[in-house]
Amino acid sequence: MILSFFYHLGRFISLLRLMISKPENWSMYWKETVRQMNDMGVGSLIIVCLISLFIGAVSAVQIAFQLSEQIVPMYYTGYIVRDMTIIEMAPTLTCLVLAGKVGSSIAAELGGMRQKEQIDALEIMGVNTAAYLVFPKIFAALFIVPLLVAIAAFVAIIGGYLAVVPTGMITATEYVTGLRAFFVPYNINIMFVKGVVFGFTLTAIPAYQGYYVEGGSLELGQANMNAVVFSNIAILFCDFIITLMMT
Amino acid sequence: MIRAVNIKKSFDGVEVLKGISTIFEKGKTNLIIGRSGAGKTVFLKLLVTLMQPTEGEIWYGDVNVTNLNKRQLIDLRKDIGMLFQGSALFDSLTVEENIRFPLDMFTRKTKKEKQERVDEMIEVVNLEGSNDKYPGEISGGMQKRVGIARSIVLNPKYLFCDEPNSGLDPKTSLVIDELIQTITRENQITTIINTHDMNSVMEIGEKINLLHMGKLAWVGNKDEVVENENELLQNFIFASPFLQRLRKQALGK
Amino acid sequence: MILSFFYNLGRFVNLFRLMLSKPERVSMYWKETVRQMNDIGIGSLMIIGLIALFIGAVAAMQFAYQLGNTFVPMYYTGYVVRDMTIMELAPTITCLVLAGKVGSNIAAELGGMRQNEQIDALEIMGVNTASYLIAPKLVAALVVIPLLVAISAFVSIIGGFLAVVPTGMITESEYVLGLRLFFVPYTVFMMFVKSIVFAFIVAALPAYQGYYVKGGSIELGKASTNAVVYCDIAILLADYIIALMMT
Ligand SMILES: Nc1ncnc2c1ncn2[C@@H]1O[C@H](COP(=O)(O)OP(=O)(O)OP(=O)(O)O)[C@@H](O)[C@H]1O
Ligand SMILES: [Mg+2]
Repeated sequence: MILSFFYHLGRFISLLRLMISKPENWSMYWKETVRQMNDMGVGSLIIVCLISLFIGAVSAVQIAFQLSEQIVPMYYTGYIVRDMTIIEMAPTLTCLVLAGKVGSSIAAELGGMRQKEQIDALEIMGVNTAAYLVFPKIFAALFIVPLLVAIAAFVAIIGGYLAVVPTGMITATEYVTGLRAFFVPYNINIMFVKGVVFGFTLTAIPAYQGYYVEGGSLELGQANMNAVVFSNIAILFCDFIITLMMT
Repeated sequence: MIRAVNIKKSFDGVEVLKGISTIFEKGKTNLIIGRSGAGKTVFLKLLVTLMQPTEGEIWYGDVNVTNLNKRQLIDLRKDIGMLFQGSALFDSLTVEENIRFPLDMFTRKTKKEKQERVDEMIEVVNLEGSNDKYPGEISGGMQKRVGIARSIVLNPKYLFCDEPNSGLDPKTSLVIDELIQTITRENQITTIINTHDMNSVMEIGEKINLLHMGKLAWVGNKDEVVENENELLQNFIFASPFLQRLRKQALGK
Repeated sequence: MILSFFYNLGRFVNLFRLMLSKPERVSMYWKETVRQMNDIGIGSLMIIGLIALFIGAVAAMQFAYQLGNTFVPMYYTGYVVRDMTIMELAPTITCLVLAGKVGSNIAAELGGMRQNEQIDALEIMGVNTASYLIAPKLVAALVVIPLLVAISAFVSIIGGFLAVVPTGMITESEYVLGLRLFFVPYTVFMMFVKSIVFAFIVAALPAYQGYYVKGGSIELGKASTNAVVYCDIAILLADYIIALMMT
């Protein structure tokens, strides 16, 4: 198992190295990148907003519940929701879900292309497939995913408001006071760093899984699942490392 | 002209090709035939440089292509066209975009020049009117024709076809075969076709290489097939009792 | 879109009505259920343990970091980590990851069987495929996933300990003091309710997606991606509803 881990790690790194090369034709790469940005951004926006509404709502309800038995003042709800969503919930949960959506469709797309010999066809034309097929996806994600994460954080804070203020658990002024308490702009940096790193993770790992798929539809399903699971693990692992380094 | 010199290929210690030497001639349709599992696909992938042989050399004209680096391979591949077994068209592109793809990627032609070339290709493969359809919306035979158009749009010197007839009816098969033969003659391409379709053998077998268990069992052309007494060849081509009877009649026995 | 939602909902409910029938051979169903329990439970144990470690570690470090700026005593870290993992992080994140692993697997398996006409073959034999193929998965998930969540909560608390105590962010006695503070056994009950509901989602939605898949391998890939995404959304929605009703 350890051996197979290093085998995959080695091949993963060599795929990334292959990927870095001068494009055969800039405009084709650019077109592909724009297409990917559009797919990822527009295609995921609704889902990201939806889940972050819930995330914010859950966080706020649960924190209000927990605080109600404490000496801590109620307006802390707003403060904790803000920091928790910005630093942790928005980047991590959004990217776990994006791994399921964007990641699995990348693995399926590349795996399908490999099985239908489309990757071979490109190779025979002389296209650097590692670069043409993988790079635009990762590059697009490095911009789009942090953006989605920022939107998610924003929507989550609104979701928190909607969950606890109209229901009378705390007042609007308390929530807003909390939102403005102890604000550390550095936390925004943490969020963006996480967004960028997770964006890389949830595209590069599925791309690797799809690019090297062998066999039939059973293996493709397997690769698809591995893509999601390994990205999830990698996201949580990176989350840990980033938290360790940045807090 | 492509030359294979004593090609061997093993997977995990199992020898699949056991030393094959042969020549594929320019302007001719060269066939590789043989039973399922004989090693045709592996041989073709070696020839086309998608795989490296364990032993032996492959020569394109007077260039040894067995140990080229990445850069040289890319240059070589500008001269190669390939038709894949499942056509390998890009699902998200239309017929026209598929054919134009190599032009977009590798040439600096203007939009108009590219369009002219694409239209010319579409005419060659008789696909007028299907320009804006997606691969999922056209039949298997039409997909093959798009695949051919895409593989020759950059005027390759070498054309490889992996089972161009599999999954097609005999009539459509014939159309594809004749198309490949015409293109080969007119552009003086070295064409290598991998097939187990006996109609193709008899129709376009200008040079036939029979593989059996990883070895070259027979080499010849379509005119020699009926009369030759090589047992492996006869068992392969005239597989059914019906065909054997026909052969006997043809030989006047 | 609304219409298609109700169409799918109707078919979903119908599938479950079909499923509830007397098994043809109880022993066959039992064997299949045990196999599924093994697949889901043992197959996911390592991954769940691993991510739980990271989740706990991140939660603890981030809370210790956040508390550093406030008047709240440091031993609150242990308390918050305990409640946050038990109530929220362990059930939610574990089940989001399981949606990617178990869910996509179920969708791919049933979808593959549908496409290879294996489901038709079973129907012809007179097997009630809705119940033979889905019920064992559902039962297995309902039993095994709550267990996985409990393990995850436990491991998270250890992960939190490992992240903040050896690194000297807070002392061992502070962390343990926090762990024992204001313990409400009701939160554990909440965790089990969440995990049972999520388990149902993780097994049922993908089963539905896979069972009714049409077309070729592209559709199968889509069904598997959809299965994961819908599960994720449903889990977070259910999370919110449960939080609302139980707190
Ligand atoms: N990548 C590989 N790894 C291991 N063995 C392989 C590999 N590719 C092919 N083989 C083996 O090589 C042998 C020849 O396979 P090949 O695909 O060339 O047959 P073929 O002549 O093309 O058959 P068909 O007509 O069915 O396509 C087979 O026994 C196959 O198992
Ligand atoms: Mg073959």
